[in-house]
Amino acid sequence: MKTIASNTVAFAWRYLWSRPLAAALNLLLLTLGLASITFLLLVSHQISQAFDRDVAGIDVVVGAKGSPMQLILSGVFHLDVPTGNVPLAAVKALEADPRVAKIIPISLGDSFRGYRIVGTTPEYIRHYDAQLAQGTLWAKPMQAVVGAQVARQTGMKVGDSFVGTHGLAGGGEEHKLSPYVVSGILADSHTVLDRLVLTATESVWQVHETDTALDDDDRKVLEEDREITLALIQYKSPLAAVTFPRYINSSTEMQAAAPALEITRLLSMVGVGTDVLRALAGVLLLTAGLSVFIALWGAVRERRADLALLRMLGAPPAKVAGLLLCEALWLALLATVLGVLAGQGLTALLAWALQLEKSVLIGALSWPVELVSVPVLAFGVALASALLPAWEAYRVSVFELLQSR
Amino acid sequence: MISTRQLAYRYVNGPQLRFADVDAPQGGTLLLRGASGSGKSTWLALAAGLLAPSEGDITVAGQSIKALGARAGDAWRASAIGFLPQKLHLSAALTVHGNLAMAQWAAGHAADEGRIAEALDALDVRALADRKPSQLSGGQAQRVALARAVLLKPRVILADEPTASLDDDAAAASLALLQATADQERATLVIATHDARVAEFFKDKKGLQSIQIMVGKL
Repeated sequence: MKTIASNTVAFAWRYLWSRPLAAALNLLLLTLGLASITFLLLVSHQISQAFDRDVAGIDVVVGAKGSPMQLILSGVFHLDVPTGNVPLAAVKALEADPRVAKIIPISLGDSFRGYRIVGTTPEYIRHYDAQLAQGTLWAKPMQAVVGAQVARQTGMKVGDSFVGTHGLAGGGEEHKLSPYVVSGILADSHTVLDRLVLTATESVWQVHETDTALDDDDRKVLEEDREITLALIQYKSPLAAVTFPRYINSSTEMQAAAPALEITRLLSMVGVGTDVLRALAGVLLLTAGLSVFIALWGAVRERRADLALLRMLGAPPAKVAGLLLCEALWLALLATVLGVLAGQGLTALLAWALQLEKSVLIGALSWPVELVSVPVLAFGVALASALLPAWEAYRVSVFELLQSR
Repeated sequence: MISTRQLAYRYVNGPQLRFADVDAPQGGTLLLRGASGSGKSTWLALAAGLLAPSEGDITVAGQSIKALGARAGDAWRASAIGFLPQKLHLSAALTVHGNLAMAQWAAGHAADEGRIAEALDALDVRALADRKPSQLSGGQAQRVALARAVLLKPRVILADEPTASLDDDAAAASLALLQATADQERATLVIATHDARVAEFFKDKKGLQSIQIMVGKL
């Protein structure tokens, strides 16, 4: 004789799976809705976290005139192509500006297997608090420090040498005359640095001057109009945000763009997309709720006499109604677990795909506080759809049992 | 023990049913005879404390139904009344054992595996404990339902049309089983029936109480 736990929870479980098809369908619908919501929550959480990390401490980006968003996307997140180059002298002049606390030069142009080679100063690494996992920083031009993800994907080690290809997309002409040597590898910092190859600004000049200069005189000429791509700037005081960008935009040939502003603009544009997805998830949940309601309503109709018998056997009305509610809560619990797992899986899949695309970094697993809304929604929907059937079960009259002949 | 005094029940905006007085001793047998719709169900509902009498009173196992509140009624019914409905209403989602366990749960009693085994043994259906109701024959199902009815050692067993849709042999077997089970549990047996074979079966039983229930008549 198999014994089963005799309590409301156990009996509700039996009743739930006594109609396996209906239970599975309801579970599927609920899970789909919850998985979409989990996915949305995780992705928006991770994207805003990635943005926040990469933008931290950068008040303004100065570069060639063009689209300010393009400047931010290329200079801070290394996603887009830059707007152009600016004269080194013009940026040097900004160092004297009393409003500027820190300038990090960024020079783009080449890449290694799709990862950008960024000419900069060690200040860039310090800015993100990144640590070296192996080796040292560059001591002279043509030495490079590679980000953690780059090292993982390409298998590069300290002491290896490699050549960059012209252009940011990969597949360009190789600068065979100017090979880089890996001097260090960064530990994971979960910032944009993970997917960059960093080197001294001079390296970038050297690569291109070696390629184009015919002789030493030619080189001198090139040295005089050296350029960088853009500069990341931190203000001394937030007040500078009022005057500094206006000064750059009106008095120089460069433009200034504030990352915070551009990200807000970007997210508000992407926001339309997430709103649509959210609405879709809402529709899924609503459908699931309706389906659960129909199933439970049918169950009450079908089991009316069984429920009346429970009353005859001495169960108070609340106990009979509780049995039905508990069935819905089981669905909510199962759907929450499955939905969150599916949502995490989907996010991990997206992260994996994005990593292949060398795009914004998304970590594999995260449990933002906002995820609490998933069980809250699940139990809310389940309770709402079980309320009327439970009330019907509550009102079942034992007398009906005697008359059901 | 069941006794009624000038028992009557009036439906809202409906007729008043009056029932003849009965005095069935503990361990006795009472037949409620009458055509369908004559008020047998109402009498059973009154005896089970599901309805309150509009006049007179009914005392079941020492409890005056009139004095019983709805809330206390549930707990009292669980321990005092064993009910065998016409349709057995064994839960299809549960095994035979599960159905008995659920009866203990419904009554608010702690799970008692020993008592379940005992009740199944008494009705000779312990071997069927792990079957679903759909895997039982009609006779087996009735035995299981009876095991469920006597599970909590009730003082009174109410059987509603136990012989309906049974052939003569099966009806006789069913009644004999009911009587034997009631005797074994020392419970008062009440059978509501419109089946003439039931009165015939019990015609030689000593101390049998029998009332004819008819709409609008005493």
